[in-house]
Amino acid sequence: MSRTLAFLTATRGGARLHWTDWASYGYLFLGVFLMFFPVVWLVLSSFKTEADLQRYPPTFLPYQQQTITLEGHTDPLPLFEITGGEHEGKILAQLRRVGLRAQMVDPADPETRLTIDIADRVPVERFTLATENYRDLFGRFNFLLYFWNSTFITVTATLIMLLTNSMAAFALSKYQFRGRTLVLLLVIGTLMIPQTVVLVPLFLIVTELGMFNSLWGVIIPGAATPTGVFLLRQYMLTIPDEILDAARMDKASEWKIYWRIILPLSAPAIAVLAILAIMWRWNDFLWPLIVLTQSENFTLQLALNSFQGELQTQWSSLLAMTVLTLLPIAMVFMFLQKYIATGIASTGGK
Amino acid sequence: MAETTGQGANAPAPTHGRDSGASRDGLALRLISPVMRLVEIPMLFLQRLLGINRLAWVFLLPNLVLFGLFAFLPVILNIAYAATGGDNVLLADRPYVGARNFVTLGDCASYLDPNSCREDKFWRAVWNTAWFVTLQVGIMVGFSLLTAIVLNREIRARGFFRAVFFFPVLLSPVVVALIWKWILQREGVLNAFLDWTGVGGYNWLVDADWAFGWSVFLSVWAHMGFYTLILLAGLQAIPRDVYEAATMDRASPWRVFRRITLPLLSPTMLVVLVLALIKGVQTFDEVYAFTGGGPGTATTFIIQYIYEEGFAGAPRLFGLAAAASLLVAGVLVVLTLVQLWLNRRSADG
Repeated sequence: MSRTLAFLTATRGGARLHWTDWASYGYLFLGVFLMFFPVVWLVLSSFKTEADLQRYPPTFLPYQQQTITLEGHTDPLPLFEITGGEHEGKILAQLRRVGLRAQMVDPADPETRLTIDIADRVPVERFTLATENYRDLFGRFNFLLYFWNSTFITVTATLIMLLTNSMAAFALSKYQFRGRTLVLLLVIGTLMIPQTVVLVPLFLIVTELGMFNSLWGVIIPGAATPTGVFLLRQYMLTIPDEILDAARMDKASEWKIYWRIILPLSAPAIAVLAILAIMWRWNDFLWPLIVLTQSENFTLQLALNSFQGELQTQWSSLLAMTVLTLLPIAMVFMFLQKYIATGIASTGGK
Repeated sequence: MAETTGQGANAPAPTHGRDSGASRDGLALRLISPVMRLVEIPMLFLQRLLGINRLAWVFLLPNLVLFGLFAFLPVILNIAYAATGGDNVLLADRPYVGARNFVTLGDCASYLDPNSCREDKFWRAVWNTAWFVTLQVGIMVGFSLLTAIVLNREIRARGFFRAVFFFPVLLSPVVVALIWKWILQREGVLNAFLDWTGVGGYNWLVDADWAFGWSVFLSVWAHMGFYTLILLAGLQAIPRDVYEAATMDRASPWRVFRRITLPLLSPTMLVVLVLALIKGVQTFDEVYAFTGGGPGTATTFIIQYIYEEGFAGAPRLFGLAAAASLLVAGVLVVLTLVQLWLNRRSADG
């Protein structure tokens, strides 16, 4: 026992834990609780039935009352365990409730009706995942449409952004031409203009281009990110020019040099930018909110936000939809955690 | 890793050559190959026409068009909008009003009291944003620093803990808002816990002060990991031998922190502070999805004001919205310039 304790409390240096180590671990576990518990709670709650969600105080795990289908009754009957009176210990099915009394039957003897005080019964419950919350999303709500809109915007915007940004970064890192400094300054200038403060004119331009209420109205303006040009240019500067010269000797065209040599060699930087772009576009809210006003064009984020107003009481569908909205990002995170961290640290997070 | 503090200061470590990633890249290349080969024909023609160095403009063109249309043109148009009135979106149909929009926004008996202003909602939003940014940035940078210091210690499962604190950064604002709304609702899990401890639950989001406080909390929760990451990189850039020397001199941990960690980390701290300020001023979506700006106008911030004046309400007061956004842009430009300057300084030093 003491050896296990010694093992558990040993630090890397082999010494025993100092009080500051205990404080650190305490802080970290509190942090884990604060950062993870809300998300875990949301996911667990999304598997609860509407009735279970209304329960107060809430239970940690999703439970459902067990039911039984008896002959002569079309609907399944809820099961209760009897805690007092002459039928104590039995499990009975409830037919109906009249005031403070409940009419019940014994599943073994469905003919005899028993009258039980409602204070003497507790519902029979079992841990059950209410997957119908998720099934409802596909049936009753246009979930697939919103999912498709979000995916289409994310994928297309990311591809366009990677292509245009890498071309610009290539030009700015590998060519000596007049006006290069000017263009670089323009790109830095663009960094200073957050989309949030040019909403009104941006709206006019997008409307004039006929992209109001169209997914393209979200995709195209979002593709102009100076961060990407910077990140890629910085990386391409480290690619030796001799490789390009050698390719030119072999009579490769400039375009071929771009996509055959520069693009593959910049793959790590492009991967980082791709992850960032996917994140930005998938989570985007304010701009789609302005451009997309018809619900058939809504992204998941917009649909989620408008549902929380309309379906005030219907938490079951809302929670399921929330989980499905965060799922793709959570998966990207799990697989690419390392790259995401370095990518965000090196770009200043846009 | 001395230059991890801002825009492009730190490109990922270059690993040229076709190593492990080659097969995946190969697949991606094979997928885009047909398109790229098609583009090569006109590009070859342009190369003959322009010569190699002027071909750079062709590579720049798509991006410059995007920047021009969706970044520079809007800035110029924004100034034009701010000087016009009416509710037509087309500039040609908007009457010129000069500085009247700014006068309307600035028409206040006392700037400290939004009720005395003609555009009282604007000033409420300004004051809300100012308070929010002050509280949020202060609390967030404090906790980020604490977390970064703890994560910088020799602890087990450091990668795991780092990932945990970073995870909320990736969640969308709407999801963050819904998570906390679900927890804080009248019959939510927080109230259940408080009932159980005997403190008693509360209708958090109906009370103006609590709604504001929870908005700050939610914003800190969602963004803390990002700043922790930057500060952690800053901490790791401090040379080990400085600490070893301090240990030799038997300096107390508190003294080490005050005399070594804080001064050496201060450039990174400043950059983090300014980045957080820039982001804080632009706060909109998470709080909008969380409280809708309410109760009343308790959590209405300046970007929400712009959104509501320009897009959500009727009549659409584009002129007023543009004027307000010019004021925000002024603040942001100053902050960004400070940040770029700090960035350069911390990269040099």
